[in-house]
Amino acid sequence: MKLSALQPSNMNRRNNSFRGSAPLDSSSDGSIKSPSAIFWLILHGLCCLISLVLGYRFSRLVFFFLFSTSATNLYTSPFRSAADLSQTLNFNSNPIVIPELPFNRTAATTTTTAAATTSSSRVVVGRHGIRIRPWPHPNPDEVMKAHRIIERVQMEQRLQFGVKNPKTVIAVTPTYVRTFQTLHLTGVMHSLMLVPYDLVWIVVEAGGVTNETSSVLAKSGLRIIHVGFDQRMPNSWEGRHRLETKMRLHALRIVKEEKMDGIVMFADDSNMHSSELFDEIQNVKWVGAVSVGILAHSSETDESSVSVIEKKEDGENPSMPVQGPACNASNQLVGWHTFNSKPYSGKSATYIGDRAIVLPRKLEWAGFMLNSRLFWKDAEEKPELVKDLDSLDGVDEDIESPLSLLKDISVVEPLGSCGRQVLLWWLRVEARADSKFPSGWIVDPPLEITVPSKRTPWPDAPPELPSNEKVAVGVQEHIVKHSPKTRTPRSKRSSRSKRKHDTKIVDTQLPMRHSEQN
Amino acid sequence: MRICIWVFPVLIVCGLVCRINADQTARTERISGSAGDVLDDDPTGRLKVYVYELPSKYNKKLLQKDPRCLNHMFAAEIYMHRFLLSSPVRTLNPEEADWFYTPIYITCDLTPTGLPLPFKSPRMMRSAIQLISSKWPYWNRTEGADHFFVVPHDFGACFHYQEEKAIERGILPLLQRATLVQTFGQRNHVCLNEGSITIPPYAPPQKMQAHLIPQETPRSIFVYFRGLFYDVNNDPEGGYYARGARAAVWENFKDNALFDISTDHPTTYYEDMQRAIFCLCPLGWAPWSPRLVEAVVFGCIPIIIADDIVLPFADAIPWEEIGVFVAEEDVPNLDTILTSIPPEVILRKQRLLANPSMKSAMMFPQPTQPGDAFHQILNGLARKLPHKKNIYLKSGEKLLNWTAGPVGDLKPW
Repeated sequence: MKLSALQPSNMNRRNNSFRGSAPLDSSSDGSIKSPSAIFWLILHGLCCLISLVLGYRFSRLVFFFLFSTSATNLYTSPFRSAADLSQTLNFNSNPIVIPELPFNRTAATTTTTAAATTSSSRVVVGRHGIRIRPWPHPNPDEVMKAHRIIERVQMEQRLQFGVKNPKTVIAVTPTYVRTFQTLHLTGVMHSLMLVPYDLVWIVVEAGGVTNETSSVLAKSGLRIIHVGFDQRMPNSWEGRHRLETKMRLHALRIVKEEKMDGIVMFADDSNMHSSELFDEIQNVKWVGAVSVGILAHSSETDESSVSVIEKKEDGENPSMPVQGPACNASNQLVGWHTFNSKPYSGKSATYIGDRAIVLPRKLEWAGFMLNSRLFWKDAEEKPELVKDLDSLDGVDEDIESPLSLLKDISVVEPLGSCGRQVLLWWLRVEARADSKFPSGWIVDPPLEITVPSKRTPWPDAPPELPSNEKVAVGVQEHIVKHSPKTRTPRSKRSSRSKRKHDTKIVDTQLPMRHSEQN
Repeated sequence: MRICIWVFPVLIVCGLVCRINADQTARTERISGSAGDVLDDDPTGRLKVYVYELPSKYNKKLLQKDPRCLNHMFAAEIYMHRFLLSSPVRTLNPEEADWFYTPIYITCDLTPTGLPLPFKSPRMMRSAIQLISSKWPYWNRTEGADHFFVVPHDFGACFHYQEEKAIERGILPLLQRATLVQTFGQRNHVCLNEGSITIPPYAPPQKMQAHLIPQETPRSIFVYFRGLFYDVNNDPEGGYYARGARAAVWENFKDNALFDISTDHPTTYYEDMQRAIFCLCPLGWAPWSPRLVEAVVFGCIPIIIADDIVLPFADAIPWEEIGVFVAEEDVPNLDTILTSIPPEVILRKQRLLANPSMKSAMMFPQPTQPGDAFHQILNGLARKLPHKKNIYLKSGEKLLNWTAGPVGDLKPW
């Protein structure tokens, strides 16, 4: 006890010599009472000594780890002594700096008392601790709350600056069961799940409604009308395009019968839609068109075909052809950019799954949006723009694009700053028609065939070295190493000599090493 | 009964009218501070300012020597001079003037890297005051109580960039009675006189206007900050710079995805601020920063971490309702504090920030526009009128001590 009582007074004396101002003694003497204070003083002294030896980073590190957020007294009056500072867990514990601080503090106090105009400020100049809470990592509850705040702010932004009275989006997707259906359909599904407006998704499936498609669609939580179409999807691209057109017309008939109100857009299942597209189509009055980027790639583009394409389109953007409305300088619709399929003639794919470029039509359905009221039988204020759907039932001609549905093409409204923005991309990627894939993409039961790998990834397996036949012969009996994964040419000898052991002992160990050990 | 029948439809009509009005004002909200709805006041006719003609060594020659003074954050003093020269509040008759302005570009002494040196400023100010007190009688009449000076440097009229030295010097004794228009503001601090007008630091308006993005771009960043956390050149140990607050922000939130904070200098800094909901405005070596101006202009709610700070035009702008004040000791809990703000409060703050008079009050545009920071300064000066009778000194009475202050200040400039 005596020693411990002596030590704080020693500390005081040391600090006193630095300070040299009498009034500050009493405060320090009077406040050192509790054993925790003494403990902290001893620790402080130790840190000072260590810091003198090492340099002053040590104290900073130690106190960073020890610090808790409950320190309250960092900002009280500037009349604190160095001993008091250590009591309150302040890590101004650099012995080189501490002597300066009281000088500064006293200087500051003299100026403030001399000025006598302001009351003592809570905020003090000088070194302060860097507060770190005990576990400085994100809290998941707060992260969720923050995301809800962000959502609410964005909703408010949409209300204020976005579209007033947003219309329902009616997305029409023709699909059928095939290898890549899950891939494509999930992509469209996720894009549609992010649409901030009301959405109805009409999925028309060739070959009838199947459980496969339904199970994919069930994960979305969207309002889905899933209907089947009685024909099977043919194997050629030409036939597929025709059938898809018929399926889309079937969906439009549903829109007409249900008297759905909104904007019809055609979301083919392998296309990619940007979220700005859904904001842009809210501006459609009756018929709108956007620019579609065509990604007509195949895995084996010829050198020759690429160079042909580049020659034709030098000066323009050579990398991606774009289909859509063409405008003049005063933003009026003057024509259409269509897909130029001449460079690909003869090299395009005919059958689904061919390893050649899949070409789009001249104008794809996906680039057009229609107000659903155009299809209602008897709506007021409906302009007579569209031929009656019933009249198209028996007709055999190929309806290439919605332009054929219109009586007058010039009423089309170009969207996306008059066709300058590409808001969706057309792509057709399919596997071979006869490719096998696990139904629902669920692998059940687990695969039975296991093929041993040629190289073992585990580090404790010994590496292979070139064989030395003579040494190997004498050492075979002693080799016990099991390594069934690799086989060496010497295995013939080893297996011959060890067949009595009837285990799959394969010699991969260095015979040199074993001979040394033995 | 008849009256009741009439009351009901009248109430319905009133309700509808109120709803319509509410929809129309949903985007912005009116700002009224403790002085009232004064942001839109027009100072013309409410005060008269006389501009002293100082020799060009106090203003134009300094600017010619270094034209960079026009673009740094203390450029308000230069633009204020230009504004007053052509403003309708200017009077050429000093007898009818309410306020007297001394055009002295006191921070226009820049290092090669562009930082202003305050070492000659006290001498320059003394020399200017000696000049005006000898050439015109108006200084001696009140010993400067109806004069105002623009001192936008780090610690105002204490003329030093280091806080300890600035506190030691205190406000220049000759300026004790004058009104100081300064960017520095901290309560109970030596360098803030009562009655000073706090102004925002200068931020180039054209540069900010050039980086506006469409309003419907969704705000997806929760908290945004770009700047230093540790000043390794001047404070290698840490703990001095920003009183440890910036370092605390870094240590606590560097791995938090909600906090987009780093020391980068991206070219999309202004665009990023417009995509953020909260912008941190912590103190640095001085409590004020141009980040506040940028946050207000870009609609990002400022989070002010500076104890006892006095924000610009604090009597006209209710900063408590617009920004979020976080005490330096609460910085480790910043995420809890921010996520516990109710969304309605956040939306209200954004509406207040969207008010165009709020944005224009923070800027110094050229040419001047109604409601901009120049007008707010004049409004502030006008609110201090009429002068009290006791500022006029009786003959022979002297209140200022012309020899006070460090010896180095007394050398002529």
